[in-house]
Amino acid sequence: MAKLQALLGWVDARFPLTQMWKEHLSEYYAPKNFNFWYYFGSLALLVLVLQIVTGIFLTMNYKPDAAVAFASVEGIMRDVNWGYLIRYMHSTGASAFFIVVYLHMYRGVMYGSFKKPRELIWILGVFIYVALMAEAFMGYLLPWGQMSYWGAQVIVNLFGAIPYIGNDLAVWIRGDFVVDDATLNRFFAFHVIAVPLVLLVLVVMHILALHEVGSNNPDGVEIKKHKDANGKPLDGIAFHPYYTVKDIVGVVAFLIIFSVIMFFMPEGGGLFLEPDNFVPANPLSTPEHIKPLWYFTPFYAILRAIPPMFESQFPGVIAMGVSIVVLFFLPWIDRHPVKSIRYREPIYTLALMIFIVTFVALAWLGMQPALPYLSELAFRCSELYFSFFIVLAIYSQARSKNYYITWLVALAAAVILMDLPRYIGASGDKQILIRYSIFIPLIYFVITLWLPTTAAKWTTSKTVPDRVTQ
Amino acid sequence: MKKILFILSVTLLCGPLYSLAQASEDEAYVAKADINLENKDSLRRGARLFVNYCLSCHSAAYLRYKRVADDLDIDEKLAAEKLIFVADFSKMDESEAKRQGEPKKIGALMTVAMRAADSKRWFGTAVPDLSVIARSRGADWLYTYLTTFYVDDTRPMGVNNLAFHNVGMPHVLWELDGLKKPIYETVKNKQSGTETETQVFTGKFDYLTEGKLSPVKYKEAVNDLVNFLVYMGEPGRLERQRIGIIVVLFLGLLLLFAYLMKREFWKDVH
Amino acid sequence: MSDSVDTGKRRFLTTLTSVTGGIAVVGMAYPFLASMAPSARAQAAGAPVEVDISKIQPGQMIVELWRKQPVWILRRTPQNLEDLAKVQAYLSDPTSDKSKQPEYAKNQYRSRKPEYLVMIGICTHLGCSPKLRPEVGAADLGGSAWMGGFFCPCHGSRFDLAGRVYKGSPAPINLAIPPYRYINDSTILIGDDTGAKA
Repeated sequence: MAKLQALLGWVDARFPLTQMWKEHLSEYYAPKNFNFWYYFGSLALLVLVLQIVTGIFLTMNYKPDAAVAFASVEGIMRDVNWGYLIRYMHSTGASAFFIVVYLHMYRGVMYGSFKKPRELIWILGVFIYVALMAEAFMGYLLPWGQMSYWGAQVIVNLFGAIPYIGNDLAVWIRGDFVVDDATLNRFFAFHVIAVPLVLLVLVVMHILALHEVGSNNPDGVEIKKHKDANGKPLDGIAFHPYYTVKDIVGVVAFLIIFSVIMFFMPEGGGLFLEPDNFVPANPLSTPEHIKPLWYFTPFYAILRAIPPMFESQFPGVIAMGVSIVVLFFLPWIDRHPVKSIRYREPIYTLALMIFIVTFVALAWLGMQPALPYLSELAFRCSELYFSFFIVLAIYSQARSKNYYITWLVALAAAVILMDLPRYIGASGDKQILIRYSIFIPLIYFVITLWLPTTAAKWTTSKTVPDRVTQ
Repeated sequence: MKKILFILSVTLLCGPLYSLAQASEDEAYVAKADINLENKDSLRRGARLFVNYCLSCHSAAYLRYKRVADDLDIDEKLAAEKLIFVADFSKMDESEAKRQGEPKKIGALMTVAMRAADSKRWFGTAVPDLSVIARSRGADWLYTYLTTFYVDDTRPMGVNNLAFHNVGMPHVLWELDGLKKPIYETVKNKQSGTETETQVFTGKFDYLTEGKLSPVKYKEAVNDLVNFLVYMGEPGRLERQRIGIIVVLFLGLLLLFAYLMKREFWKDVH
Repeated sequence: MSDSVDTGKRRFLTTLTSVTGGIAVVGMAYPFLASMAPSARAQAAGAPVEVDISKIQPGQMIVELWRKQPVWILRRTPQNLEDLAKVQAYLSDPTSDKSKQPEYAKNQYRSRKPEYLVMIGICTHLGCSPKLRPEVGAADLGGSAWMGGFFCPCHGSRFDLAGRVYKGSPAPINLAIPPYRYINDSTILIGDDTGAKA
């Protein structure tokens, strides 16, 4: 024991090991009232490690060559000892990563964890999310099945919609005139080394930023305001051992759910591994119904819903881009001083719930074939998606009655104006669809902008306690 | 409020899964296959049918004979005799023998000698590999496909199919199945005032020529074959599920210990 | 915080969870490590190889691949076989006590039939493939002590025509003999010796 102490001393003189241990674990004080939602941060880290480890072992047997990529994946599934387990772990892990990250982000929105002083944590988090999307998209090309191939073809062609430079850009990204061997090879390079490095750096920055300002909590109370004589927050407990032992419980529970999916339903009902991806890529025939994997479908639905303008798909691409970029600005869109949904004004709770429903609806619509009524619904859901942020910017600060009414009129007018070019010249059926479905955004604006003017209770938040509640 | 949010988030997760289970209920006729990977007799019969009827044109190029022999408890020597049809190299010219490679060994992949270019000329399309066909098409589709070949003189191969309209493949199993035509019935639909008549398949066939097998026996044989195709799609499936049970039970135990530990430590927190 | 901490119970539960968790980690590591062992593909490629030896002339050597390694089949002349006894004094392990060979090849010829030497052509030093140097008395290989044999160009190891290493070579032991058997007089099977008489 004494020798171990001496060794530790030797290391500490040369590397801040004990100091790091204290700063980030044994003397990092986290609020004692973390609930269920606070597991997902550590779970995301767990899945990241799982993906890196399984990825390394898959790379040992995978061949990034259009001629043999599909066969090498089946070789992993059949010929490599335990290869099927490693591959399923990686494919299930990809979906698990997004489930965990979506819940983690939702937690942040719910408890206002993106607000001052944690704006940078949020922004770094959105960067992680974007990097993760790039990572997942490029990884999905590697099995070289039909969905891999056509998914990549469609998404890369989005860049082709950019005016003037689009076509050249798309060719440059692919390294060929269609998705081909060159594309596969470069996506492999990005997927296994470039993006993972970026992700790791971002994750370290995310955690460092968090440990600089300290964790938020379900009450949205700053625990650093009340400290004891030793400078330790009264409502804080040491991350180690209290949250390490708690997170171990969360990790094991997560692994049980993960194992059930991985061992008994690795295809995830066709969502995690799509049936069409068991057909080798064939540049001569597109599958009847192509769709991205489930975690991209909300944005894909927005892309499809926005009609082309001036004979260009560009508006849809812009809308999809904005739907992601808007997340970066959330700390400045939502200026309400109260952080947690527990104490916020009822209108926020209502709007957030509608937003969740909208997001799920978009995810579902993105998987469906583009039937007329579904496309119309997707267009309306896209309007609701963006409206959430516009309306949030309005009611998250104190406003006069007239301010609300003015915005209500302006937004309703904007929606109607946007429908005019769609309405004129549309077929009779389509016109009926537009006439009925326009009530979706209109009712939304009435609820979120007119309701607050009727009674003060809609915009009045509750008193935030001084200390955390249990 | 907490509860509502929790339910919402669960919906967020399960919604897409549920919707998928609901979707894709096509109106086309689908017969259900009875898949049981534990039934090794059925799998062995299916393997026999597969190598006799399918493996001359279709490859299963990701699967090895040895794996089939091991998984289906077939002796390796017997498997080499019954499953591997070694081409007679003495009758080939040198370049053809070279192209086909050495006589197959038990560890070899289940490839075929037919060239993609030839198959394209003969059947109008490159004959697909069947290794993972059950994972892309699904067992029920395959079962429906193989049981609904019917006589259609307008087609080059003389047959058509209810699951795969204008299929290019001949009815390879016809001697077992016989030649048949589907029986349709007329169904009247009343929709918004107008009456439409549609022809609906009754699920029954009119046999022009009896096959070697009775219709019931033929369906059983096809079921064995589909069972084998499903096995082939993922040979390790049973093993995966067996390991899964052990892993989940073990993690359950670990969860209990971890929870007790957490509860003990959290006695400090007031 | 609390003064009624039951440290015994705490330590017990921590140990219990750590040990169980440790088993879980080891269990999880196993498939990853096992995945690096030869796959079914490598095993199929490493299946036994049949070789026709009827066309090998005396003094001629052919090379076959078994498990992606060169396997030499050398038909030795009667003179070669006689010479094996003459070089014994120069060898570090003339009776092949330390080297790897099946029991039936642990004799002075290191083969089933004296005439045919079947041997893995990989130097036991660092894995290069030695060259056949049959010329008796080659000046660069020891002159009169050299009765023909194998010479490894990488680090200069010398072996006689039974693969036995000369003293002073960097290679520690004699070249390895793979398992093999005669299917008939003109065909051998490399990599499988089950059911064959010794």
